[in-house]
Amino acid sequence: MELSQHWRLKQQRYGLVGEICPHCNYKIFPPRDICPDCGMDAKTTFQFSGKGEVYSFTTVHQAPAGHEENAPYTLALVQLEEGPMVSAQLTDLDNKAIEIGMPVEMVTRKLRSEGDRGLLIYGYKFRPMLKAA
Amino acid sequence: MIMSIKMNSNHDIVIVGVGMTPLGEHWDLSIRELALQAISAARAEAPEILPQAFYVANMLAPALSRQSQLGALLADFAGLRGIEALTVEAAGASGGAALRQAFLALKSGMVQSALVVGVEKVTDRVGAEVDAAMATMTDADYEAVQGITPTAQAALLMRRYLHENGAPQDALAGFSLNAHANGATNPFAMFQKAIRLDQYIKAPMVSDPVNMFDASPIADGAAALLLVNADSIPSNVDNPLVKITASATSSSAVALHDQPDPLVINAAVVSTRKALEQANLTPDDIDIFELHDAFTIISALSLEAAGFADRGEGWKLAADGAIALDGKIPISTFGGSKARGEAGGATGVIQIVELVRQLQGLAGKNQVTGAKIGMAQCLGGIGATAVTHILTRLHGQ
Repeated sequence: MELSQHWRLKQQRYGLVGEICPHCNYKIFPPRDICPDCGMDAKTTFQFSGKGEVYSFTTVHQAPAGHEENAPYTLALVQLEEGPMVSAQLTDLDNKAIEIGMPVEMVTRKLRSEGDRGLLIYGYKFRPMLKAA
Repeated sequence: MIMSIKMNSNHDIVIVGVGMTPLGEHWDLSIRELALQAISAARAEAPEILPQAFYVANMLAPALSRQSQLGALLADFAGLRGIEALTVEAAGASGGAALRQAFLALKSGMVQSALVVGVEKVTDRVGAEVDAAMATMTDADYEAVQGITPTAQAALLMRRYLHENGAPQDALAGFSLNAHANGATNPFAMFQKAIRLDQYIKAPMVSDPVNMFDASPIADGAAALLLVNADSIPSNVDNPLVKITASATSSSAVALHDQPDPLVINAAVVSTRKALEQANLTPDDIDIFELHDAFTIISALSLEAAGFADRGEGWKLAADGAIALDGKIPISTFGGSKARGEAGGATGVIQIVELVRQLQGLAGKNQVTGAKIGMAQCLGGIGATAVTHILTRLHGQ
């Protein structure tokens, strides 16, 4: 995946910026300009909080090209508190056991490197929500 | 049982020839040669039929063979240069989708005969490069970039499914055992050996909880179908003829996280419903369901989507033998993707070849007794595309 394709997505990758449908209030991530719920135009920017919970998770042992150096890594389906679901790696687990329903929060991390050219790609991952001690 | 089959048009679309290669690592065969083997076998069953249109089902040739334009390439190689030819791609549903295109062309009356060939050549590349090619079936911007693979998608579904339904860790083992038991007597299958439950339980994890026996092996392979309008049937066919009674496709979001309910393969729900409506049938009428068992969890979810089990109950059909050759709803009758092998774009075509042999009574040790109505369904990605066909005998219901 080349530079321009990643550059276009930086608001989503770094800031979890999506849309809210002005007609039916549906929260949309990633942005798509047509509401998947009511079918009307939806171009109003919406900032997601980054908070969500684990819907499911898995640890990948056999990684595709570009992710080999990260293997094994843990992927999750994270249900954002506003509604949409995203696929993301879990990080900062510190040997903590993952459970379905666990609260998590978004952080920005390195996702992968792009081969010999060494283009580093950053984006969202999720970590167990830190609470005050 | 009385069945009334509703026709959408005057023409029945009839399959007059089928053929396939064994599935496996074909080091000595290129994509052209694989395809031609299947084409030759199919055409040999009705040699006087000259195809007027040519549909190729393939998903990975551009990535793994650096080759596109398979329509023209394979038509030329098969001695059909000049024919109307194109490739149809819908990831794992390419086979069914190519058949759908042939069906539509024949139904329109503008084409009298069509050749469908599904072919996949996956062994010229290995390891991470193959995995990256497979990941193109996921959402590139929001899944693949995160390291999501088709196996990881299945794992996320399987964990959630077992959790929601309070099912045991080995709840899906029966799908794997059934597939391997049937593959054992299929000379075309990649794996021709039954497996035991203890082998399933001890199998290494690929992406937990998906273990090695939950995931189907990808293989080289090809399969072909020769179809005609009913008024072009040659007079001297050897085997009983099979017709396409229903054909229906539906699509959904590509990303697993964009599905309204990840545990419901909505494209399969809609596609099956449309197909059953076309044929004026219910799930009870189906004698065989060649579903797309890319992963054991997909077998369970496919049975639920098609209406053979309630939500969350699909795994029980594997536990109590309902899916065996002599069960209520036989699946993977020749080994399925799990034991016969998963050949990408070829899978959807292979399913049709297998159903044809079942309905012709030529399935040998894999025969489902009295099979009259078969349903085949192939899926693209984690249910982004679902193509369903229902087949019945042309004569002698």
